[in-house]
Amino acid sequence: MTPLTLLADDKFEAPGPSIFDFPPLYEGAPTWLTKPVVFAVVGALLVCAFAWSAFAKPQLVPRGMQNIGEKGYEFVRDQVARPFLGKDAERWMPLLLSLFFLILLWNFFGVVPLIQIPIASHIAFPAVFAITIYAIKVYLGIKHQGLGGYFKNMMFPPGLPKPIYVLLAPIEFMSNLIIAPFTHAVRLFANMFAGHLILAFFSAVGFWFLFEKPTPLGAGLGVLGVVMTIAMTGFEMFIQFLQAFLFTLLAAMYIGGSLHPDH
Amino acid sequence: MTTAATLLAEGANNPLMPHLSELVVGSFAFLVVFIVVGKILTPRIQKTLAERTEVIEGGIKKAEDLQAEALRTLEQYRAQLAEARQEAARLREEAREQGAQIKAELREEAQAEARRIVQAAHAQIEADRQQAVVQLRAEIGRLSTELAGRIVGESLEDEARQRRIVDRFLEELEGRPEAVR
Repeated sequence: MTPLTLLADDKFEAPGPSIFDFPPLYEGAPTWLTKPVVFAVVGALLVCAFAWSAFAKPQLVPRGMQNIGEKGYEFVRDQVARPFLGKDAERWMPLLLSLFFLILLWNFFGVVPLIQIPIASHIAFPAVFAITIYAIKVYLGIKHQGLGGYFKNMMFPPGLPKPIYVLLAPIEFMSNLIIAPFTHAVRLFANMFAGHLILAFFSAVGFWFLFEKPTPLGAGLGVLGVVMTIAMTGFEMFIQFLQAFLFTLLAAMYIGGSLHPDH
Repeated sequence: MTTAATLLAEGANNPLMPHLSELVVGSFAFLVVFIVVGKILTPRIQKTLAERTEVIEGGIKKAEDLQAEALRTLEQYRAQLAEARQEAARLREEAREQGAQIKAELREEAQAEARRIVQAAHAQIEADRQQAVVQLRAEIGRLSTELAGRIVGESLEDEARQRRIVDRFLEELEGRPEAVR
């Protein structure tokens, strides 16, 4: 249930960031056992179950779930892995596919009735992914280009007039090693956070003006709130897919950049 | 100092501050998914997809091989047909030549035969003529003698004399070219 932060009086109060705070699941439960934590685990198990039903005993001629699973696999392989990793695509598919499936399902939880919490709207979850990718990126970069080579390729791309490097080197260092992992996580987090806030806002408007305090004047507003909730739910689903895709794509890009500094 | 303390105090409610418990659960969830989906299941589907590609490529290869085989056979048949045609033409030509040769031989033979016949005829005629000449010579001698005897009125019984006279007479005759021929 989305906790609506409404005051007890006649005044409508828009839902704020506090709707992302969840109490422990039940009275006396440990403080870490909250709804997002539970559904994070449920989501992970569902992804495993889905993948198991699709890929456990793959057939040459696919049927049922395998068709759907293969669509997902081919999407990640052709749109994400191959453009950025080329011939290394197959090798990195396990990581990229896991990332994509898990983020996508966690995002979809934002519009599933009764769940209605995009897991990535708690920054810890995108942070785990971003930190993992960051560690892989730096490790691969140093392994494949050498410690000096990695920083040289990163901060001193060849073919520029010398004075430019005074500016460019610190900027590249900052953007690659400090800002990139941060934006990688925050992009996903903020999209899910804002999307959920928007949905909460419009449904709160509809609920407040049609059920809590129905008035002839406010009815129109309430209807608008409901219509907008439906429309924004559709839009949210698109954003949820897009952000899962984008996060995976950036992961592939970072890994590819460390493997082959040329591009 | 105060800012840090405030941040820590507000930490629970700041959406940009990750909760430690969620970091742990998130890592755990990601690890489980990575092991099950990434490490166990993805290789399986990759293997199947590779096998499928192989099967399809194998099918295409097989079809191409069959087509090449068919083309080769067709080429062979064409070559054989052309060869047979050539052979037939050659045989025809040979037969024609042989026919012409046989015709020429036959003609040659016939001509030779004709010549032989003509020659034989000539020889026969010559022989006949010789015989006729001999006979004529005897007849003419006898007749002449008889005639001369009648005319002279005396019998020229004497054989030797008679022959001499006749011979002389005939030689005279032969001296005139147009006489006997």
